[in-house]
Amino acid sequence: MDVSSISPTLLIASLIVASTPIMLAAIGELVVERAGVLNLGVEGMMITGAICGFIVAYETGSPIYGVIASILGGAALSLIFAILTQFFLANQVASGLALTLFGLGFSALIGKGYTGITPPDMSSPNLGFLTEIPFLGKMLFEHDYLVYLAFSIILLVSIFLRYTRQGLILRAVGEDHSSAHALGYKVIRVRVLAILFGGGCAGLGGAYISLIRVPQWAEGMTHGAGWIALAIVVFASWKPMRILFGAWLFGGLTVLQLNLQAAGVSEINLILFKIPLQVQYLTMAPYLITILVLVLMSARALSNAPGSLGKSFHVSD
Amino acid sequence: MNGRTIPRIMWLIINLFSISLVKRSEPSKTWTALTPLLAVILTMIAGGLLFMILGKDPFLALRVMFWDPIFGEMSFYFRPQLLVKAAPLILIALGLSICFRAGIWNIGAEGQYIIGAICGASVALAFYPYESVFIFPLMILAGGIGGWVWAMIPALLRTKFNTNEILVSLMLVYVAEQILNSLAIGLLRNPEGNGFPGSRNLQDYASASNHELWVGTGAHWGVVLALGFAVGFYILLNQHLLGFQTKLTGQSPRAAKFSGISPNFLIVICLGLSGMLAGLAGLFEVSGPSGQITIGFNVGYGFTAIIVAFLGRLNPLGIVLAGLLMALTYIGGELAQMQLGLPAAAIQAFQGMLLFFLLALDVLSNYRFKFRFWKAS
Repeated sequence: MDVSSISPTLLIASLIVASTPIMLAAIGELVVERAGVLNLGVEGMMITGAICGFIVAYETGSPIYGVIASILGGAALSLIFAILTQFFLANQVASGLALTLFGLGFSALIGKGYTGITPPDMSSPNLGFLTEIPFLGKMLFEHDYLVYLAFSIILLVSIFLRYTRQGLILRAVGEDHSSAHALGYKVIRVRVLAILFGGGCAGLGGAYISLIRVPQWAEGMTHGAGWIALAIVVFASWKPMRILFGAWLFGGLTVLQLNLQAAGVSEINLILFKIPLQVQYLTMAPYLITILVLVLMSARALSNAPGSLGKSFHVSD
Repeated sequence: MNGRTIPRIMWLIINLFSISLVKRSEPSKTWTALTPLLAVILTMIAGGLLFMILGKDPFLALRVMFWDPIFGEMSFYFRPQLLVKAAPLILIALGLSICFRAGIWNIGAEGQYIIGAICGASVALAFYPYESVFIFPLMILAGGIGGWVWAMIPALLRTKFNTNEILVSLMLVYVAEQILNSLAIGLLRNPEGNGFPGSRNLQDYASASNHELWVGTGAHWGVVLALGFAVGFYILLNQHLLGFQTKLTGQSPRAAKFSGISPNFLIVICLGLSGMLAGLAGLFEVSGPSGQITIGFNVGYGFTAIIVAFLGRLNPLGIVLAGLLMALTYIGGELAQMQLGLPAAAIQAFQGMLLFFLLALDVLSNYRFKFRFWKAS
């Protein structure tokens, strides 16, 4: 066992890579939930984005087209959710589950024949002198475009929700849809747009996994990242900037677990006890810690939840 | 003719016919019963189109999937499989239906199923090779308790800390999968298995095997219990106070609170019951059709059962029918895979589509459509 072989610079650099997909999916879902809609289909939209992006990037040879396709793919799937919940007034929890089940099946279906191949490389911006800063340079400034895009989206969403009129309308629709409707705002239109944005972000997050992080296609390759993104929204108590910390926490856990596996750590010394460590127990750690964090946050965070979260809106109500 | 003419004309046409929804005071019974049928028909059409895009003859594909397993020449082999595959789906879906009725979203049945199977199989492996008639009942007990305990985690976290049960129950599926993998290559591995992952095969251990009860039917103890529970749940939901309480809580949590129903009590009971049933389903699977604890032992029954519960309208008898139909899609999917080379995932997409149509059509039972020509705006 050799924990010292894990370099902190590389650890943080890979933490940023590992946290980007959940960050993207979570910020999208945050906007959706702030508009008062609970879309549990994040996992389905992510995996659909992952395969759409992969196929297009591979067929065209251009990662940019792949990224665009992943956004469209995720948004297209979320459109089904929008139609079901906003026009057919279906239960949001059930529709979200349906989206996840369908997305997993559909992606495996169209992704058949794309396993075991490598997609084209995504280029990274050259940030010049910034990369030469000792320690920080390698950690922060040698990433691909999508990492910086994810940060900008979070920043923009934060500004949008806090300082713009449209952001205020979106929040009003989420807090109390009847009042927003009475004030003349188009509740359904705002929600459909929010859902599409959430779908696009989730799709992009999925593509980040299949095009950059892994980079390959495998059935069900998101492994619950979409669900973790949902948990992060609760963790962030529906505040955009806190998504960063949530995503870093879970990204960090994933990376740490992978590094421990790679370093061949077989037991943990807890002063008196030696706990034998199997790979499986390391793999389950992020999920267990998600539960723990949810428990710690839920008592306080739920008071921040948007007032109309998960409720269907119909004029007659 | 500039670029905006066409959208404008389309917008005019849309506005010519105004369709509005009017809420029904009570869900329509006719539509509630009809929507599953309609959803199945629409899924067949959409599925046929999907197969066409994949370059297969849609009629042939649908025949292979839905007709041949029951009426084709190999039906003597596939018909028993129908009950084998339907039993776990029905057992799990029955438990989920009572949760969903009360507005409690247990979506981690897959995890409860795995833990039930592990607990049941562990009891059997602990007694191996001792033979006794008490072993199988003990396994059933262990399987039920295993699933119950796994479901109690989200239940207690929800009641004590108000933690979202959807996310917790789902996270526990991934945890259960890792426990399964760890045990399959560790503690429960067959010592005579030449180092391959997987436990001893319980089918070869007479006291622990959940064998076919009547030759050629596929019916094992799980099937008998599933049907028994369906009848039991029918009585429970329609005659027993708990049935009324779950329904009331699902429809109006506030009204339920005022009438003295404790929401926490209901969460513990409903989640516990559904966990127990999922655990039992896992036990019957591991001791019967599957035979051993191994990596990837679970095949997603816990998730498909969600569709079964909705397709069966959260009604026990409906769930039995829906479970059989879903079992048919599994078998038909395998057949289509062998004969037509359709990918296995096609069936999953098919099942997801079915749920989409079902949810969309639900609007018919809760709302009335009102058509008007030329909306005066």
